[in-house]
Amino acid sequence: MAGGPGAPGVAGATGAAAAAGAAGVAAAGGWETVIGLETHVQVRTVSKMFCGCSAAFGAPPNTNVCPVCLGLPGALPVPNEQAIKLAVRAALALGCTVHPKSLFARKNYFYPDLPKGYQISQFERPLATDGLLSYLSPDRGVATATIVRLHVEEDAGKSLHDRVPKQTAIDLNRSGVPLIEIVTGPDFRSPQEARAYLLTLKQVLEYAGVSDCDMEKGSLRVDANVSVREAGVTALGTKTEVKNINSFAYVEKALTLERDRQIAVLTGGGRVEQQTMLYDAKTNSVRPQRTKEESHDYRYFPDPDLPPLVLRPELVDEQRAALPELPAAKRVLTADRAVADYYEAVVHAGTDTKLAANWVLNEVLGDMKTHQEQLRVPPGALAQLIGLVLGGTLSQPGAKRVFAHVAERGGEPRNVADALGLVQVADSGVVAAWVSEVLAAHPVEVQRYRNGEIKLLQFFLGRVMKVSRGKADPKLAQKVLEEKLAA
Amino acid sequence: MSDPSDALASAKAAADRLVKVKRLNACLTPTTELRKSLLAQAQLAHPSGVLYGMPVAVKDVICTLEFTTTCASKILEGYHSPYEATAVSRLKAAGALVAGKTNCDEFAMGSSTEHSAYGRTLHPFDKTRVPGGSSGGSAALVAAGAVPAALGSETGGSVRQPASLCGVVGIKPTYGRVSRYGLVAFGSSLDQIGVLGRSVHDAARVLSVISGRDPRDSTCEDRDSLRLPTVPESLQGFVIGIPKEYFPADLDPAVRRACDRVIRLFKEQGAAVREVSLPHTPYAVATYYIIAPAEASSNLARYDGARFGPRFNGAADVGALYRTTRGMGFGTEVRRRILLGTYVLSAGYYDAYYRKAQQMRALIAQDFRNAFDRGVDLLFTPTTPTPAFKAGEKLSDPVAMYLSDIFTVTAISLPIGRVKGLPIGGQFIGQAFLEDEMIEAAYALERVVPSSEEV
Repeated sequence: MAGGPGAPGVAGATGAAAAAGAAGVAAAGGWETVIGLETHVQVRTVSKMFCGCSAAFGAPPNTNVCPVCLGLPGALPVPNEQAIKLAVRAALALGCTVHPKSLFARKNYFYPDLPKGYQISQFERPLATDGLLSYLSPDRGVATATIVRLHVEEDAGKSLHDRVPKQTAIDLNRSGVPLIEIVTGPDFRSPQEARAYLLTLKQVLEYAGVSDCDMEKGSLRVDANVSVREAGVTALGTKTEVKNINSFAYVEKALTLERDRQIAVLTGGGRVEQQTMLYDAKTNSVRPQRTKEESHDYRYFPDPDLPPLVLRPELVDEQRAALPELPAAKRVLTADRAVADYYEAVVHAGTDTKLAANWVLNEVLGDMKTHQEQLRVPPGALAQLIGLVLGGTLSQPGAKRVFAHVAERGGEPRNVADALGLVQVADSGVVAAWVSEVLAAHPVEVQRYRNGEIKLLQFFLGRVMKVSRGKADPKLAQKVLEEKLAA
Repeated sequence: MSDPSDALASAKAAADRLVKVKRLNACLTPTTELRKSLLAQAQLAHPSGVLYGMPVAVKDVICTLEFTTTCASKILEGYHSPYEATAVSRLKAAGALVAGKTNCDEFAMGSSTEHSAYGRTLHPFDKTRVPGGSSGGSAALVAAGAVPAALGSETGGSVRQPASLCGVVGIKPTYGRVSRYGLVAFGSSLDQIGVLGRSVHDAARVLSVISGRDPRDSTCEDRDSLRLPTVPESLQGFVIGIPKEYFPADLDPAVRRACDRVIRLFKEQGAAVREVSLPHTPYAVATYYIIAPAEASSNLARYDGARFGPRFNGAADVGALYRTTRGMGFGTEVRRRILLGTYVLSAGYYDAYYRKAQQMRALIAQDFRNAFDRGVDLLFTPTTPTPAFKAGEKLSDPVAMYLSDIFTVTAISLPIGRVKGLPIGGQFIGQAFLEDEMIEAAYALERVVPSSEEV
């Protein structure tokens, strides 16, 4: 704070007030979570990254191996062109800049399932950088993750600790299987967002034919960098890396655990240590990796066995052409600027972000697809329509009919709803009449309900909606039903 | 030779000669196993091959299906490779016989063949001296007349230096001329299989067979195998550059005299001789001692006792397994270089050492291109600054053992004289992938140089 001479008191007071404000937010539990993801994806090839062995999953241990992927003395790697092509395709699908020249590098560390004592990866000059992936955030609607880099590498083998008592067995079938690593910026603000991004990434890569993204088979694996900071703070907190997240089901759990652990540490006056945390699905807990295991200096250097990876422009063009047109639901989350803008406009017109996203993904995109990619319902009209649903004026099916009508002929949703007779009847007298009619028509069911079969309530509700031709306000109808049946 | 009985006779004779030179400890293969294998190979050898029946010994850092491949290290004691090097497959396809595995410095790290876990190799002319290295066993066997040619490998002079000290021909091909598939890696960006032979022709014809593209080695150039040149009448038309940095004031006087004699012969043979300069020469040794160990530290990480080779016991956990296996399996020189290489690649030192060394390497390579761009066809220098030295003499000072000619593109060393009975070698350095031109000049020099005369 520069505070000119003569005004220090004023500046000081302002600063103190601001600090108090921030502290107030924090005391109210105002922590912001910051997550970045590193995703390893096995690309769909017949053979391994640097040798001709099968890359198939599930073969008997150590049967898909040769001198190259066993790391035998004198063996040399030769890149698999198909793996490179799929990596390029993935990079293009994620809007990355694909570099005409990249370098393979060795990442050196000792581990029994790493046969050469190094992993062939890419370091200083990756295959691709600077991509974007839009996805549907449950908190913020359409959000965009930055893809910092995408590079090619080989997988390690697998250590099996439960095969032989007191010993570790090594299966090298996976050694040398081609992977791409996709690294995002610190872009996610909740474990739920991280999961939503991953699901979208999976969809895009599956659809582009890059990978089957099967987490259970290990063809998609996630490491996450997690930190927390007080709301309003812009600097990043100290991060930890969470590893061993092996299923989509665990993504949220593991990240939530780690976020909560960090908040607890900070709230208790402690400091978050920069370290690697392992998620244990069995106990649903995170624990720090032993310090010894992680004190790696990987000593990256360009792999002298592999010349620079130079991509012919035709190869990149070919992969761009091979990129299938993404289906509407995926496209909105990736590339279609117009739809993203439309969504923003709907939200801006004042409505619930989640409902707006659902409407855009389902009705709007569906309508676009069948009508020459036109956005026929103005954003303001959609916002009003969503408001009518929220307010109980329209049922969901009724709202869809209104949407279709507005798309075809225009008009204000409220007026259209009136004209079509779709406005829900919230008059308790009218609803009570419909309820009485239904109960009178089904005396047996009424008796069963009164004998304890309370799930029949849904049956009665369905009947009420039917006799009212969808116009009864379902909440009101349920309330009246419960009252009458209890009587 | 195309009669199968000739191959058999050749195999028997080779086995006899190899037994006779056993005292040199140049061949690591037990003689009974060697004899048996040679006879079996002779029966299966391809009679139409250009090397039919020719026994070729193979340095123990090159994988063979016959015999063990130990890299003269305890860490690979008893190791049988399940596959063979491309160079070896090509030799066999040409009808040659794999005549045993030759002793060398452990993992090719050294220049005296004293750093072998299986004992040092003796110089064939003076048992108190070293044959050079690291391909010392190959050089000694050829010099002793046991085999007409042998495969060696170079990372920084390891073919030419022992060839020079033993008085045989050694060719270091351009990097990428011969597949490295099956050559156990030391410094991958420098390693190249080379050939030692009793004459230029023997070395050249073996090189011709093993050279050429190989889909298994991404660093091997997409070129046909080397075509052998014809023996020229003279050196008419050749412009030969003499790099002044290779003739320092303290160069051994006998080596200088031998080189002066060669230069006079060049002129008599009609070649133009010019002095040239390779200004970055003083940095070559330092550059080599960063790049080669850096790569070695990574290349040798796979020897951990987990998958192959002996596992030294007392291993309570995986860390202990690594420590005991690598601590006991590697010799001191190898451990020294792994430590050095690990250091120069470490975070915080990479830029100061490894990156700098790569920049210097580019400058050194540019020196050679500059010389060739100025109309010089070949360079000529002494191969080593001295004749063979005594065993134990330079063990503690490995750096002094290298002459700074390691980033040459291709080179051939041949004997150019003797001092007190010990051979002196001189080398042509040629342009990348112009081995044929270089070999042509070597043919011409070989014909006129009095290589067994004292200078």
